[in-house]
Amino acid sequence: MASTMLLDLKDSVMAFLPDVPLTDAVIFGIHIHGHLLLETLLVVVICYLLLQQSYTPENRALTETEIDQLCEEWNPEALHPPITDDMEMSTPVLESAAGPHTIVDGKDVINMSTADYLGLVGNPKVKEACNAAVEKYGVGACGPRGFYGTMDVHLDFEKKIADFMGTQDSILYSYGLATTTSVIPAFCKAGDLIIADDGVNWSLQNGLYLSRSKIKFFKHNDMKDLKAILEEVRKEDKRKKKPLNRRFIVVEAIYQNSGQMVPLDELVRLKEEYKFRVLVDESNTLGVLGKTGRGISEHFNIPVETLEIITAVMGHALASEGGICTGSAEVVSHQRLSGSGYCFSAALPPFLASAGIAAVEILEDNPQLLTRLHRNISIVHSKLATIPGISVGGDKLSPVIFLHLQKSISFAEDSSVLQRIVDLMLDEGVLLSVTKRSLLDNCKLPAALKVTVTAGHTEGDLLLVTSKLRDVIEKVLR
Amino acid sequence: MKSTSTYLAFLTLIGYVLVFLAGKWLDLIQFFKFNQEIDSRKKGYAPLSRDLEDFYIRRMYTRVQECFNRPIASAPDTWMDVIERVSCDRKTLIPTKKTRRCLNLGSYNYLGFAAKDVYCTPNVVESIEKFGVSTCASRVDCGTNILHLALEELIAKFVGKPAAMVYGMGFATNSSTIPALVGKGGLIVSDKLNHSSIVVGAKASGANVKVFDHNSPSHLEKVLREAIVKGQPLTHRPWKKILVIVEGIYSMEGEICRLREIVAVTKRYKAYLYLDEAHSIGAIGKTGRGVCELQGVNIDDVHVVMGTFTKSFGSCGGYIAGSKELIHYIKSISPAHLYASSMPPPVAEQVISALKVTMGEDGTDRGIRKITAVRENSNYFREELRKMGCEVLGDEDSPVMPIMLYIPAKIAAFSNECLQRNVAVVSVGFPATHFLFSRARICISAAHTRDDLDQALQVISEVCDICQLKYNPPLRLTAKELARLAEKERLL
Repeated sequence: MASTMLLDLKDSVMAFLPDVPLTDAVIFGIHIHGHLLLETLLVVVICYLLLQQSYTPENRALTETEIDQLCEEWNPEALHPPITDDMEMSTPVLESAAGPHTIVDGKDVINMSTADYLGLVGNPKVKEACNAAVEKYGVGACGPRGFYGTMDVHLDFEKKIADFMGTQDSILYSYGLATTTSVIPAFCKAGDLIIADDGVNWSLQNGLYLSRSKIKFFKHNDMKDLKAILEEVRKEDKRKKKPLNRRFIVVEAIYQNSGQMVPLDELVRLKEEYKFRVLVDESNTLGVLGKTGRGISEHFNIPVETLEIITAVMGHALASEGGICTGSAEVVSHQRLSGSGYCFSAALPPFLASAGIAAVEILEDNPQLLTRLHRNISIVHSKLATIPGISVGGDKLSPVIFLHLQKSISFAEDSSVLQRIVDLMLDEGVLLSVTKRSLLDNCKLPAALKVTVTAGHTEGDLLLVTSKLRDVIEKVLR
Repeated sequence: MKSTSTYLAFLTLIGYVLVFLAGKWLDLIQFFKFNQEIDSRKKGYAPLSRDLEDFYIRRMYTRVQECFNRPIASAPDTWMDVIERVSCDRKTLIPTKKTRRCLNLGSYNYLGFAAKDVYCTPNVVESIEKFGVSTCASRVDCGTNILHLALEELIAKFVGKPAAMVYGMGFATNSSTIPALVGKGGLIVSDKLNHSSIVVGAKASGANVKVFDHNSPSHLEKVLREAIVKGQPLTHRPWKKILVIVEGIYSMEGEICRLREIVAVTKRYKAYLYLDEAHSIGAIGKTGRGVCELQGVNIDDVHVVMGTFTKSFGSCGGYIAGSKELIHYIKSISPAHLYASSMPPPVAEQVISALKVTMGEDGTDRGIRKITAVRENSNYFREELRKMGCEVLGDEDSPVMPIMLYIPAKIAAFSNECLQRNVAVVSVGFPATHFLFSRARICISAAHTRDDLDQALQVISEVCDICQLKYNPPLRLTAKELARLAEKERLL
């Protein structure tokens, strides 16, 4: 096709240039029949085109004046959004210790809002231990653990907790919130896989996010969904051979956001089958569940070594402050160099470690505290279950009882209704609280009114609270 | 940034290479001798720590571990009892009953509130009696008591901002406030050597993070200009807001932030400024009000002021100070305010008492004497170290002064030799600092007496001779030169 076209072209050129002398030239014995002219022409054109500079769009840097102008034009948003009504929070201000009874606005109220599950706030033994520690060590540790911030009481407490839980070793963080936030990124890095419950508290969420690992969420406390995800992961593994990565399942023993208890036996079966490690946050079960208060593993009668990483805050049952992580010696020693909240934060004030030691000793010596706590929980649970208009969420062993509205609208709407109940209850002399949720929190669980039961409450207190709560709820929901 | 001579850098590098090779060699021997994998990993599970990390801990960190995590059996006062440790297997250190009374040059006890105090301790003991040890609830549940409100008011007054809020932990103050201020579409411009809590907070915020050269306002300006012109990556939309984060005193450098120039830059480019005064509050400035007071910067030009109570005030926790609306907003969103247990009452009481002393509200002049003492002690000590020929970093007035060690073997040597002579110092290397710039860090306190300091200087001089740390030896003048200098002086 092309050759015929070329021949045609040649003919037409020949037609135009019949008398040009070179058209029939013979070069080195070859008749060129007018090729030369045409081809020279083409070569010249090609050369011309090649020598032309290619088109480049103008690519100059901005001048300083232009940059100045752009900077001038830029208008940032305000540092914070305008203050709206829903940012308003009514916070009760206590005028005494946060024990089972406390003073708000000069009035004695029953405190159903403190997480002091064993009723240790104000315990004389704890106070004595703290006074002695403050006299000896002062208040602050004045340095991180690495640089003379470690006192002997820190080491004693770490040993005490490990002995109590039956684990090899434990590590003490200086704040509950910073514990899981540091523990997860210490072990999980980019490329690792974490499967977590979608109702975990913010501290865990933050830890998950900071780890930069691949994260899959399963439906809140739904082992079937967890199994489905694990199965999916296994299938994917079969499809693509990849180097073995660290794999964790992250759950809470009793969820801070819902009061539900993780079915640990089922979870352990799954984790062993699919070869995952597990991190359990025992903030609401340490000193609460089990015959001797050793938490969820004791409750389910599962050896504690089965759970690779156990974390807990000390601000709940131990009535102190700080966080602990316990497990094998390897798990703990790894964190001593990799836990950011451990390495880079000042150590826990030594008197809080003393308070922790005293709390564990009290728990060991007084198992009746647990019996009383369990009895109190069951009293409140049974009384609240019959109030119309609300549903009781959470496990029946959870010390925090979650009351949800049966006719739930939205988190904000529910919150305001529940807050009204809380406000009225405060007038009646009972301190309660409503779940608060930060905009940074991804938890989607519904709003709830929280009734926290401790071993320090008397039966009379609890009956009074439940009957008043029934009246107020009926009044508000009517 | 410090510059190091090529020769020193080379020696430092060789030091690391030797330790690395020795470690590898030992691993190899272990492998052949016992014919086993080094870690006993469970089948089907990936090892808990990465190989290189694991190697670093086993073969490099363990060699020098005796100079870290030293436990003490007393308050972190100017003199403290350091517990001696022994090792049976060269891997773990076991504390013994024996202690050694050491001069403390390691704790952040700038104003000397670390130990029992005549004013603070009785108040703290009383607060334990009245409010118990812990609140066991978050600030919004039943974790707020009158002490928290009093403290918030007092700290706001001290730093000169309309409002403030307090947290139970300094680290969490940064890591949970920064995400409340900037999010997706925002930009954080952070000093290269900012503390880990700021790094964690910035990471958690979801905002873009850019880093500017340590304490360099000109580079900050360059970064800001470029960022504003380019806008967000991919979308090229303009940034929602830009938050510049700096520290008052950089704890590993001893340098004081060049706040005046940085404020000029942030003002010009409409960026918000977040100042972390963890080490500077109480420690510098004529009345201890930190870097703003020292450099005469108007506190209103700093949008968010953060600080901790761990250092100067001998307690625990942190604060954020700013406009009333800002604090209101942060309180409504910050997870550490909504979820975490609030500051334990005795901790709050210690800060209140220490602040009152610092502000002179206790009816004495102890506070101002403490502030003067820490400044004079620091300047004296730094000057003497320099005269000695040590390479000392940091600015005048700063109570933190690193002595450069460079060579990794000297980290342990310096720390241990000092401890042998009853002086406790902190020495750090990689990964806490750049691996070429290992250093020992001295923290001076108002509670140090001149005798303490002189004793420490004598010991340090001795140890520096042993470890050959006098990198800037003083000029040795001949008699002739001295005479000529004296002559010159006489003429003047």
